[in-house]
Amino acid sequence: MSVIFYLIAALTVAGGLAAVLLKPLVHAALAVTIAFGGLALLFLLLDAQFAGFAQILVYIGAVAILIVFAILLTRGSELPKDGVFSKTWLVGLVIAAGVFSVLGWAVLASQTGLPNETAVPAVTVHDIGVALVGRYVLPLEIVALLLTAATIGAVIVAMHEKDGAQ
Amino acid sequence: MTPLAAYLLVAALLFAIGLAGALVRRNAILVLIGIELMLNSANLNFIAFWRYSPHPEALTGMMFAIFSIAVAAAEAAVGLGLVIAIYRHAQTTDLDKMNRMKG
Repeated sequence: MSVIFYLIAALTVAGGLAAVLLKPLVHAALAVTIAFGGLALLFLLLDAQFAGFAQILVYIGAVAILIVFAILLTRGSELPKDGVFSKTWLVGLVIAAGVFSVLGWAVLASQTGLPNETAVPAVTVHDIGVALVGRYVLPLEIVALLLTAATIGAVIVAMHEKDGAQ
Repeated sequence: MTPLAAYLLVAALLFAIGLAGALVRRNAILVLIGIELMLNSANLNFIAFWRYSPHPEALTGMMFAIFSIAVAAAEAAVGLGLVIAIYRHAQTTDLDKMNRMKG
Protein backbone atom coordinates (compact mmCIF):
# COMPACT_ATOMS: atom_id res chain seq x y z
CA MET A 1 0.00 0.00 0.00
CA SER A 2 1.27 3.42 -0.88
CA VAL A 3 2.06 6.23 1.54
CA ILE A 4 -0.71 8.38 0.11
CA PHE A 5 -3.33 5.78 1.03
CA TYR A 6 -2.17 5.79 4.66
CA LEU A 7 -2.17 9.60 4.74
CA ILE A 8 -5.71 9.86 3.35
CA ALA A 9 -6.97 7.03 5.55
CA ALA A 10 -5.47 8.70 8.64
CA LEU A 11 -7.06 12.03 7.64
CA THR A 12 -10.47 10.39 7.16
CA VAL A 13 -10.38 8.47 10.43
CA ALA A 14 -9.11 11.53 12.32
CA GLY A 15 -11.97 13.59 10.85
CA GLY A 16 -14.51 10.97 11.91
CA LEU A 17 -13.05 10.71 15.43
CA ALA A 18 -12.99 14.48 15.83
CA ALA A 19 -16.62 14.70 14.64
CA VAL A 20 -17.70 12.26 17.33
CA LEU A 21 -15.50 13.63 20.13
CA LEU A 22 -15.47 17.43 19.69
CA LYS A 23 -17.87 19.19 22.05
CA PRO A 24 -18.95 22.29 20.02
CA LEU A 25 -21.36 21.13 17.32
CA VAL A 26 -20.01 23.51 14.68
CA HIS A 27 -16.53 22.04 15.13
CA ALA A 28 -18.01 18.56 14.80
CA ALA A 29 -19.69 19.61 11.54
CA LEU A 30 -16.36 20.89 10.19
CA ALA A 31 -14.63 17.65 11.24
CA VAL A 32 -17.23 15.51 9.52
CA THR A 33 -16.74 17.60 6.37
CA ILE A 34 -13.04 16.64 6.52
CA ALA A 35 -14.06 12.99 6.86
CA PHE A 36 -16.37 13.30 3.82
CA GLY A 37 -13.53 14.88 1.84
CA GLY A 38 -11.14 12.11 2.86
CA LEU A 39 -13.68 9.53 1.72
CA ALA A 40 -13.99 11.30 -1.63
CA LEU A 41 -10.18 11.15 -1.97
CA LEU A 42 -10.29 7.42 -1.16
CA PHE A 43 -12.89 6.96 -3.93
CA LEU A 44 -10.60 8.81 -6.34
CA LEU A 45 -7.70 6.60 -5.21
CA LEU A 46 -9.86 3.57 -6.08
CA ASP A 47 -10.27 4.89 -9.68
CA ALA A 48 -13.94 5.71 -9.06
CA GLN A 49 -13.86 9.28 -10.36
CA PHE A 50 -17.61 9.66 -10.79
CA ALA A 51 -18.41 8.42 -7.29
CA GLY A 52 -15.65 10.60 -5.84
CA PHE A 53 -16.93 13.79 -7.42
CA ALA A 54 -20.54 12.84 -6.61
CA GLN A 55 -19.40 12.42 -3.00
CA ILE A 56 -17.81 15.89 -3.01
CA LEU A 57 -20.90 17.49 -4.60
CA VAL A 58 -23.51 15.76 -2.47
CA TYR A 59 -21.78 15.48 0.90
CA ILE A 60 -19.49 18.50 1.11
CA GLY A 61 -21.75 20.64 -1.05
CA ALA A 62 -25.14 19.73 0.36
CA VAL A 63 -25.19 17.51 3.44
CA ALA A 64 -22.50 19.47 5.34
CA ILE A 65 -24.31 22.75 4.60
CA LEU A 66 -27.61 21.20 5.74
CA ILE A 67 -25.98 20.06 9.00
CA VAL A 68 -24.57 23.55 9.66
CA PHE A 69 -28.00 25.08 8.96
CA ALA A 70 -29.67 22.64 11.34
CA ILE A 71 -27.10 23.39 14.07
CA LEU A 72 -27.57 27.13 13.74
CA LEU A 73 -31.39 26.89 13.57
CA THR A 74 -31.56 24.81 16.75
CA ARG A 75 -29.09 26.93 18.77
CA GLY A 76 -26.84 23.87 18.87
CA SER A 77 -23.76 26.08 19.06
CA GLU A 78 -24.41 26.61 22.78
CA LEU A 79 -22.77 23.94 24.93
CA PRO A 80 -25.23 22.04 27.15
CA LYS A 81 -24.53 22.26 30.87
CA ASP A 82 -24.80 18.56 31.67
CA GLY A 83 -22.25 17.27 29.16
CA VAL A 84 -22.49 16.20 25.54
CA PHE A 85 -22.30 12.45 26.13
CA SER A 86 -25.28 10.30 26.94
CA LYS A 87 -25.79 8.67 30.33
CA THR A 88 -25.31 5.26 28.73
CA TRP A 89 -22.11 6.19 26.88
CA LEU A 90 -20.18 3.18 28.18
CA VAL A 91 -22.68 0.73 26.65
CA GLY A 92 -22.48 2.52 23.31
CA LEU A 93 -18.69 2.45 23.38
CA VAL A 94 -18.63 -1.28 24.17
CA ILE A 95 -21.09 -2.01 21.35
CA ALA A 96 -19.03 0.01 18.85
CA ALA A 97 -15.78 -1.67 19.95
CA GLY A 98 -17.43 -5.09 19.65
CA VAL A 99 -18.71 -4.32 16.15
CA PHE A 100 -15.26 -3.11 15.08
CA SER A 101 -13.48 -6.16 16.49
CA VAL A 102 -15.91 -8.53 14.73
CA LEU A 103 -15.60 -6.65 11.40
CA GLY A 104 -11.82 -6.41 11.68
CA TRP A 105 -11.49 -10.08 12.55
CA ALA A 106 -13.71 -11.01 9.59
CA VAL A 107 -11.62 -8.90 7.20
CA LEU A 108 -8.26 -10.18 8.45
CA ALA A 109 -9.31 -13.82 8.72
CA SER A 110 -10.97 -14.09 5.31
CA GLN A 111 -9.23 -15.19 2.16
CA THR A 112 -9.67 -12.22 -0.14
CA GLY A 113 -10.21 -13.92 -3.47
CA LEU A 114 -10.44 -10.80 -5.62
CA PRO A 115 -6.90 -10.43 -6.91
CA ASN A 116 -7.65 -7.85 -9.60
CA GLU A 117 -5.10 -5.44 -8.14
CA THR A 118 -3.08 -4.34 -11.13
CA ALA A 119 -5.62 -3.74 -13.88
CA VAL A 120 -7.20 -0.30 -13.62
CA PRO A 121 -10.88 -0.54 -14.58
CA ALA A 122 -11.44 1.27 -17.86
CA VAL A 123 -14.78 2.81 -16.96
CA THR A 124 -15.64 6.27 -18.23
CA VAL A 125 -18.48 8.59 -17.26
CA HIS A 126 -19.99 7.73 -20.64
CA ASP A 127 -20.26 4.06 -19.59
CA ILE A 128 -21.90 5.08 -16.31
CA GLY A 129 -24.40 7.29 -18.14
CA VAL A 130 -25.28 4.52 -20.59
CA ALA A 131 -25.72 2.06 -17.71
CA LEU A 132 -27.88 4.55 -15.77
CA VAL A 133 -30.40 4.97 -18.59
CA GLY A 134 -30.09 1.36 -19.72
CA ARG A 135 -29.81 -1.44 -17.21
CA TYR A 136 -30.39 0.75 -14.14
CA VAL A 137 -33.19 2.95 -15.47
CA LEU A 138 -35.81 1.67 -13.02
CA PRO A 139 -33.70 2.40 -9.88
CA LEU A 140 -32.88 5.81 -11.40
CA GLU A 141 -36.57 6.65 -11.75
CA ILE A 142 -37.29 5.39 -8.23
CA VAL A 143 -34.47 7.52 -6.82
CA ALA A 144 -35.83 10.55 -8.69
CA LEU A 145 -39.26 9.92 -7.14
CA LEU A 146 -37.69 9.39 -3.70
CA LEU A 147 -35.73 12.64 -3.89
CA THR A 148 -38.84 14.59 -4.91
CA ALA A 149 -40.87 13.02 -2.10
CA ALA A 150 -38.07 13.62 0.43
CA THR A 151 -37.74 17.29 -0.56
CA ILE A 152 -41.49 17.90 -0.23
CA GLY A 153 -41.62 15.86 2.99
CA ALA A 154 -38.71 17.72 4.59
CA VAL A 155 -40.33 21.09 3.79
CA ILE A 156 -43.71 19.97 5.19
CA VAL A 157 -42.17 18.46 8.35
CA ALA A 158 -40.04 21.54 9.06
CA MET A 159 -42.86 24.02 8.29
CA HIS A 160 -44.23 26.20 11.09
CA GLU A 161 -47.01 24.67 13.15
CA LYS A 162 -50.24 26.61 12.86
CA ASP A 163 -51.31 28.59 15.90
CA GLY A 164 -53.56 26.53 18.17
CA ALA A 165 -53.03 23.35 16.19
CA GLN A 166 -50.75 20.69 17.65
CA MET B 1 -2.23 -7.16 3.79
CA THR B 2 -3.88 -6.80 0.41
CA PRO B 3 -5.14 -3.36 -0.67
CA LEU B 4 -8.73 -4.61 -0.49
CA ALA B 5 -8.27 -5.64 3.15
CA ALA B 6 -6.75 -2.23 3.96
CA TYR B 7 -9.76 -0.41 2.49
CA LEU B 8 -12.16 -2.75 4.28
CA LEU B 9 -10.38 -2.10 7.59
CA VAL B 10 -10.63 1.67 7.11
CA ALA B 11 -14.33 1.26 6.33
CA ALA B 12 -14.84 -0.93 9.42
CA LEU B 13 -13.08 1.65 11.60
CA LEU B 14 -15.22 4.48 10.19
CA PHE B 15 -18.37 2.39 10.71
CA ALA B 16 -17.43 1.78 14.35
CA ILE B 17 -16.70 5.49 14.88
CA GLY B 18 -20.07 6.42 13.35
CA LEU B 19 -21.85 3.82 15.46
CA ALA B 20 -20.15 5.11 18.60
CA GLY B 21 -21.18 8.67 17.69
CA ALA B 22 -24.79 7.64 17.11
CA LEU B 23 -24.94 5.73 20.41
CA VAL B 24 -22.89 7.97 22.71
CA ARG B 25 -23.78 11.58 21.88
CA ARG B 26 -26.86 13.30 23.28
CA ASN B 27 -27.51 15.76 20.47
CA ALA B 28 -29.83 14.56 17.70
CA ILE B 29 -27.75 16.29 14.99
CA LEU B 30 -24.62 14.44 16.13
CA VAL B 31 -26.55 11.17 15.92
CA LEU B 32 -27.41 12.03 12.31
CA ILE B 33 -23.72 12.78 11.63
CA GLY B 34 -22.85 9.34 13.00
CA ILE B 35 -25.42 7.71 10.73
CA GLU B 36 -23.97 9.57 7.73
CA LEU B 37 -20.49 8.27 8.63
CA MET B 38 -21.83 4.71 8.77
CA LEU B 39 -23.53 5.08 5.35
CA ASN B 40 -20.29 6.48 3.90
CA SER B 41 -18.21 3.59 5.19
CA ALA B 42 -20.63 1.17 3.52
CA ASN B 43 -20.14 3.12 0.28
CA LEU B 44 -16.37 2.75 0.65
CA ASN B 45 -16.86 -1.03 0.90
CA PHE B 46 -18.95 -1.05 -2.29
CA ILE B 47 -16.37 0.99 -4.21
CA ALA B 48 -13.44 -1.12 -2.93
CA PHE B 49 -15.13 -4.39 -3.89
CA TRP B 50 -16.03 -2.90 -7.28
CA ARG B 51 -12.41 -1.81 -7.90
CA TYR B 52 -10.89 -5.19 -7.07
CA SER B 53 -13.63 -7.36 -8.59
CA PRO B 54 -12.84 -9.44 -11.67
CA HIS B 55 -15.45 -7.57 -13.75
CA PRO B 56 -15.41 -3.87 -12.86
CA GLU B 57 -16.95 -3.01 -16.23
CA ALA B 58 -20.24 -4.49 -14.94
CA LEU B 59 -20.44 -1.36 -12.70
CA THR B 60 -22.57 -3.07 -10.04
CA GLY B 61 -20.79 -1.82 -6.92
CA MET B 62 -20.31 1.65 -8.41
CA MET B 63 -24.03 1.94 -9.19
CA PHE B 64 -24.96 0.75 -5.71
CA ALA B 65 -22.69 3.41 -4.19
CA ILE B 66 -24.14 6.17 -6.39
CA PHE B 67 -27.74 5.22 -5.52
CA SER B 68 -26.73 4.93 -1.87
CA ILE B 69 -25.33 8.49 -1.97
CA ALA B 70 -28.64 9.73 -3.41
CA VAL B 71 -30.72 7.90 -0.78
CA ALA B 72 -28.41 9.17 2.00
CA ALA B 73 -28.94 12.74 0.78
CA ALA B 74 -32.73 12.27 0.97
CA GLU B 75 -32.33 10.76 4.45
CA ALA B 76 -30.24 13.70 5.64
CA ALA B 77 -32.80 16.23 4.39
CA VAL B 78 -35.74 14.49 6.08
CA GLY B 79 -33.76 13.77 9.26
CA LEU B 80 -32.61 17.36 9.74
CA GLY B 81 -36.15 18.58 8.95
CA LEU B 82 -37.42 16.30 11.73
CA VAL B 83 -34.78 17.63 14.14
CA ILE B 84 -35.85 21.21 13.40
CA ALA B 85 -39.53 20.33 13.85
CA ILE B 86 -38.82 18.60 17.18
CA TYR B 87 -36.71 21.54 18.33
CA ARG B 88 -39.52 23.94 17.55
CA HIS B 89 -41.91 21.81 19.58
CA ALA B 90 -39.76 20.82 22.58
CA GLN B 91 -37.10 23.61 22.53
CA THR B 92 -34.32 21.02 22.80
CA THR B 93 -32.34 18.60 20.63
CA ASP B 94 -31.13 16.61 23.65
CA LEU B 95 -32.19 13.01 23.09
CA ASP B 96 -32.05 12.17 26.81
CA LYS B 97 -34.76 14.79 27.43
CA MET B 98 -37.04 13.55 24.64
CA ASN B 99 -38.64 10.70 26.51
CA ARG B 100 -42.33 11.33 25.82
CA MET B 101 -44.26 10.39 22.71
CA LYS B 102 -47.05 12.93 23.32
CA GLY B 103 -45.95 16.59 23.37
